[in-house]
Amino acid sequence: MRANDAYISIQAVSKHFGPVRAVDDISIDIRSGEFFSLLGASGCGKTTLLRMIAGFESPTHGEIVIEGVPMSQVPPYRRPTNMVFQNYAIFPHLTVSKNLAYGLRYEKIDKAEMNTRVGEALEMVKLGGFGARRSHELSGGQRQRVALARALIKRPKVLLLDEPLGALDKKLRADMQLELRALQESVGITFIFVTHDQEEAMTLSDRIAVMSHGQVLQIASPKELYNRPVNVEVADFIGQMNFIDASVSRMSGERAELDTAGLGRISAPTGEASFFQEGDAIVVAIRPEKLTLSGDRNGGREGVQGVMRAATYLGDRSHYYVDLPGREEPLVVAGSDSGPMDHDPLERGSPVLVSWADDALVLLPRDEALASASREESSSNGT
Amino acid sequence: MSEISYIQRPNRPLHVYAFGYIAFLYIPVLFLPLFSFNDSIYFAFPIEEFTTEWYRQMFEHQAMHAALANSLKVGAVASVLATVLGVFGAKAVTRYRIPGKKSLIFVIMLPLVVPGILLGVALLLMLSRLGITLSLYTVTMGHVLICTPFAMATLIPRFEGFDRAMEEASADLGANAWSTFWRVTLPMVLPGVVASLLLCFTISFDEFIIAFMLTGTDPTLPIFMYSQLRFPARLPPTVALGSIIIFVSFVVLCFSLWLRRYGVEESASDGVRP
Ligand SMILES: Nc1ncnc2c1ncn2[C@@H]1O[C@H](COP(=O)(O)OP(=O)(O)OP(=O)(O)O)[C@@H](O)[C@H]1O
Ligand SMILES: [Mg+2]
Repeated sequence: MRANDAYISIQAVSKHFGPVRAVDDISIDIRSGEFFSLLGASGCGKTTLLRMIAGFESPTHGEIVIEGVPMSQVPPYRRPTNMVFQNYAIFPHLTVSKNLAYGLRYEKIDKAEMNTRVGEALEMVKLGGFGARRSHELSGGQRQRVALARALIKRPKVLLLDEPLGALDKKLRADMQLELRALQESVGITFIFVTHDQEEAMTLSDRIAVMSHGQVLQIASPKELYNRPVNVEVADFIGQMNFIDASVSRMSGERAELDTAGLGRISAPTGEASFFQEGDAIVVAIRPEKLTLSGDRNGGREGVQGVMRAATYLGDRSHYYVDLPGREEPLVVAGSDSGPMDHDPLERGSPVLVSWADDALVLLPRDEALASASREESSSNGT
Repeated sequence: MSEISYIQRPNRPLHVYAFGYIAFLYIPVLFLPLFSFNDSIYFAFPIEEFTTEWYRQMFEHQAMHAALANSLKVGAVASVLATVLGVFGAKAVTRYRIPGKKSLIFVIMLPLVVPGILLGVALLLMLSRLGITLSLYTVTMGHVLICTPFAMATLIPRFEGFDRAMEEASADLGANAWSTFWRVTLPMVLPGVVASLLLCFTISFDEFIIAFMLTGTDPTLPIFMYSQLRFPARLPPTVALGSIIIFVSFVVLCFSLWLRRYGVEESASDGVRP
């Protein structure tokens, strides 16, 4: 992205709380009208970054620029941003209508227009007729809509949302996700959405920044994050992944020969990966659904011999755990069939053949600590 | 399962205890109204004839009126000042990062534990050094000093109890700090403000030691009552006044409880209509 494409530009921003580096040198450019998510585990600094954009915290270093205007000297009440708070922060002493009208007092509009805008905003979030209620007379989902309407009624250029769906149950959450996305498309406002739920981020976002320990690991579209994670941590955070230790034995053009623990010697396309040389230790990552299982007897097919250890039935798909020689933890393979087959090849203890397409292999730099931690996790899940 | 939750289940021994406790507290107090209608200047049984003579005398007693008016004035001004200080103090210690916050709170709370007599003497010495004549103003000042810790203690939990995000939401929606204070902070802590006003007023109204030290020529009601104890004939009208005060306090208390429950929402939404 060229610098002048950026609508919001977060430039080398850090925030330190005493010794804690809540946000550590983050740079992100966000386009106008984009649905942008900040995704990361608890405590990684998502809220802190969002609060700096809203103006509730000032960066220790760096600058946030919105529409070309540096924000460091602009107080929250003059910023072109509005926020939907995690606990909604609906004023309990005011009715829903007055909550919505709260921010309109600071715009130079008359009473009649104020009322029209409140009415429109209530309709937009499907709360017509709820104007006279108070916060404690609303359900969680309704409160969430009030918070959304109260922010949107200000017609902000940027809407900031801090885990707005966190307090809702699964079903309602799914409904609200759809509504939120539809709303964003209809109002055309830039959304910056904080979540620790990777599925939610994948469903909603145009682009996602994956964060960890105050830093950004990768900024990419959901599809790219899923298929081309840049390191083990991102790969592990987004969906399920098999990690296989490997060493590069030979490189020839676009391909590399790898010695792997479990898959034996394989050949993989290097793509744009250029972080390794011959002799380096790397990690090969493969999504469970990119692996295929077949009975041992179909000769002639390429792949690796393994032994079925266990299968779990997940409703819409099944997970099979396959033991490979030279590898302690089982390989996870996803099958889209309706249940474990009751005949020969996939029975526990029977030999199977695991195969994959060329582009299923993702080559990642080895990060010792992370790789081993995630492998322990997946092996404990596997049994 | 029973309809009534564990907490709400009736508890016999607790009821007996509660009634015993209330009787112990209030029966002595109820003797005041009883004797205020008794046609004798001595507080002794048997009760003689019913009379309203003491009330008549009380209403004609100019000095008593003056003392009552003094106490009301001092109480009103001291409770308002202490509560205002309490609101800003409580907001400061709960909202801002202040270096040495703990010791600051300690200093503010100190008058709670310093014996009133010492505080009174110290204030008296200081005022005479500064050449300030004793008056109702000096009494009011002393009362502000002893009431402020109570105001803080009442208000700090209120400030701590509400989500900071409320104030941030207000700022986010375009309100500056001042506007946020009036439209969000104050309505949210209003029950605490009312409680603080009533508490401070009560403290000031019956405070004796500091008033005794700092009062000039105009006595407050407790000082006046104390001075009447020496003359048996003047005691019954004082008891009559005491009875009225008990009655009024009771009404005020009921009012404040009602206010806590309903008044807050009403007055808050009236005050901040956009
Ligand atoms: N006001 C503060 N003072 C000191 N440390 C803070 C403060 N606010 C946040 N932190 C620390 O900064 C780090 C990042 O916090 P932040 O709230 O941004 O995390 P988060 O990613 O939003 O987490 P979650 O998903 O749990 O909300 C945490 O380690 C937190 O303890
Ligand atoms: Mg957070």
